[in-house]
Amino acid sequence: MNKGAALSTAEPKGASRWALRMHSLLIYVFFYAPIVVLVVYSFNDAQLVGDWRGFSLGWYEAFLDNDNIQESIWISVKVCIASTVISVVLGTMAALSLERFRWWGQKAFDAVLYLPIIIPDVTMAVMMLAFFNETSQLLNLIPGVDLSAGLEKLVFSHVAFNISFVSVVVRARLANLDATMEEAASDLYANRWQTFRRVTLPQIMPGIIGGALLAITLSLDDVVVSSFVASVGGTPISVYVFGLARKGVTPLINAVSVVMLSASMLLILASLGFQRATQFAREEK
Amino acid sequence: MKKVSPPGLEKQAIKAKARQGFFIGLPSIAYLLIFFIIPLGYVIAYSFATRSRSGRTELRDWNVDAYIRLGEDVVQAVAWRSLWIAVLTTVICLLLAYPLAFFISTRRPVIRNLLLVGIMIPFWSNFLIRTYAWRVLLSSDGLFTKVVEGLGLGDGRILFTRPAVILGLVYGYLPFMVLPLYASIDRINWSLVEGARDLYASGWKAFRRIVWPLSRPGVVAGSILVFVPSFGAYVTPAILGGNKESLMGSYIVDQFMDARNGPLGSSLSVLVLGVMLIGTMIYFRQGGRNL
Repeated sequence: MNKGAALSTAEPKGASRWALRMHSLLIYVFFYAPIVVLVVYSFNDAQLVGDWRGFSLGWYEAFLDNDNIQESIWISVKVCIASTVISVVLGTMAALSLERFRWWGQKAFDAVLYLPIIIPDVTMAVMMLAFFNETSQLLNLIPGVDLSAGLEKLVFSHVAFNISFVSVVVRARLANLDATMEEAASDLYANRWQTFRRVTLPQIMPGIIGGALLAITLSLDDVVVSSFVASVGGTPISVYVFGLARKGVTPLINAVSVVMLSASMLLILASLGFQRATQFAREEK
Repeated sequence: MKKVSPPGLEKQAIKAKARQGFFIGLPSIAYLLIFFIIPLGYVIAYSFATRSRSGRTELRDWNVDAYIRLGEDVVQAVAWRSLWIAVLTTVICLLLAYPLAFFISTRRPVIRNLLLVGIMIPFWSNFLIRTYAWRVLLSSDGLFTKVVEGLGLGDGRILFTRPAVILGLVYGYLPFMVLPLYASIDRINWSLVEGARDLYASGWKAFRRIVWPLSRPGVVAGSILVFVPSFGAYVTPAILGGNKESLMGSYIVDQFMDARNGPLGSSLSVLVLGVMLIGTMIYFRQGGRNL
C-alpha cells in the first residue's frame, strides 16, 4: 500500500506544519527535561539542592553507606523476586487458558483479570488493608506464612496486580502464534505436556520474559499499595523514598531517585524489546 | 451414512478440552478470588460497617451512615475538587496529546517506533520518581521557579498549589492519553483525507469531518485512562500539593491512617470504584481494548 503518498496529504503545510513539529518537540522536552535536571542535581556537591557547587559522587556514596536505604532495597528485591515468579507462572497459565481454550465462565474470568489493571491504586490499597485486617489470623495458619513481618503481605498484593499484566503480555504473544504448530505436534503423537514444553513454551518465551520484566518493574515501583500493607521495619525502597520525598527535597533522595528511575527505565526498555519481538512477528504475518 | 467420528465422542472431546482450559486457569482464578474479589467484598462490607469508639471497623450493626456522610459539605468539597481537577487534567492532556499523536502517526516507521518508545518509557517507569523530579524543579530555588521569574512571568513558586498538582498529573498521565490516541489515528485510512482534499475540502475541514470522527475511540479511551487515575490520585497531591486541600485519593488515605474511619474511607473507595466501572464500561463499548 502506498501509505507514504497519502500520508503526505495528511500532514499540514506551511506554518502549521512547523507548529506541529515544534509542539511535539516541546512535549518530549517536557517529558525528559525534569529527569535530566534530577540526574544533574544528583551529582551536585552541595547540601542544598538549588545551588550548584560542582560535580560530586558524594551523594551516591552516602546512598551506599545508608543502612536504612540498603535494607529497604533488600526488602524490595526479595518481594519483587517472589512476586514476579508467582505472577509469571499464574499469569502465563491464565493467558494459555484464555487464549487456547473455550470454557464456560471464561468471559467473566477475562473481565476480572482486567480489573487490577484499571483499578485506582488507592482503592486497591484499601482493599488489601481491609483484607489483611480481617484475615491475617487465618492466613497465618498457612505453613511458612507469617504476616507480621509484612513481606508476605507485600508479595500477596503485588501478585494480585501483576498476574493481570503478565497475562496481557503473554496473551498478545499467544494470539500472534499459529496454533498449527501445536496441532502438528499433537498429530505426531506428542502429548499435551510435550506439545507445551517443546512447541508452545519456546515460542511464547519472549512474551513471558517481557511480562516478567514488567512485573519486576511494577513491583519495585509500587508505592500506594505497598505503603498500606508494609509493616514497620519492612518498608520497601519505594515507600521509604515516598516518605522522604513528601517532606522535602534532599540531594540524597535525588541520588536514590536516579538509581531507581534508571533501573525502572532499563527494565522497561528491555521488556519493550521482548514485546517488540512479538509485534514484529505480527507484522510479518 | 455414518459420520467418521460419532457426534457423542466429538462432544465429549470438546467438553474434555474445556475442562482442561478451566483447570489451567484455575490457579489464577483461585488467586484472584482470594486476593482480589474477597478484598473487594471486604471494602464493600466495611462501607456498611460500624466504627467502634476506638476507631476499629467492626463488621456488625450494618448501616448506611458512611454513605449518608458522603453528602456532608467537607466530603462534597473534596469530591467536586477532585472531579474538577481530573476534568482539567484530562482536557489539558487531550489538547497536548492530540497533535503529538497525529505527528507520530505521520512519521516514517523507524522514527515512529523511536518516538513511541519515547512515550512508553515514561508510561511504564517509576511514577513516584517522575513526580518527585517536579518537586525538585518547583522548589523555591528550583530551576522552574528561577526560569519563570527570570523571564518575568510572575511568581514562579507554584509548589503546594493547585496548578502544581495539575502540572504533576498532566506530566504523569499524558502518556496514557498519547498511546490510545496514536493507535486510533494510526488506523485511519489516509486516502479518505486525500479524497476529501481532491474534492476541495480545506485542511481544517478534512480534519474535522474525517480525522477527528475516526479518532474518537482513541479520544474516549485516552480520556478515561487519564480521568480515572487522576480522580483517585494520591502520590501526586502528596508530593506536589502540600496539605492545603485534600483530594479524593489523599482523603481516603487519611480516613484509614489518621482519622481511623474505615467505613467512610470505604464508602469513598466504593465511589471511586463506581467512577472506574462507568469509565471501564464506556472504554470497552468504544473498543478500547483493541487500542
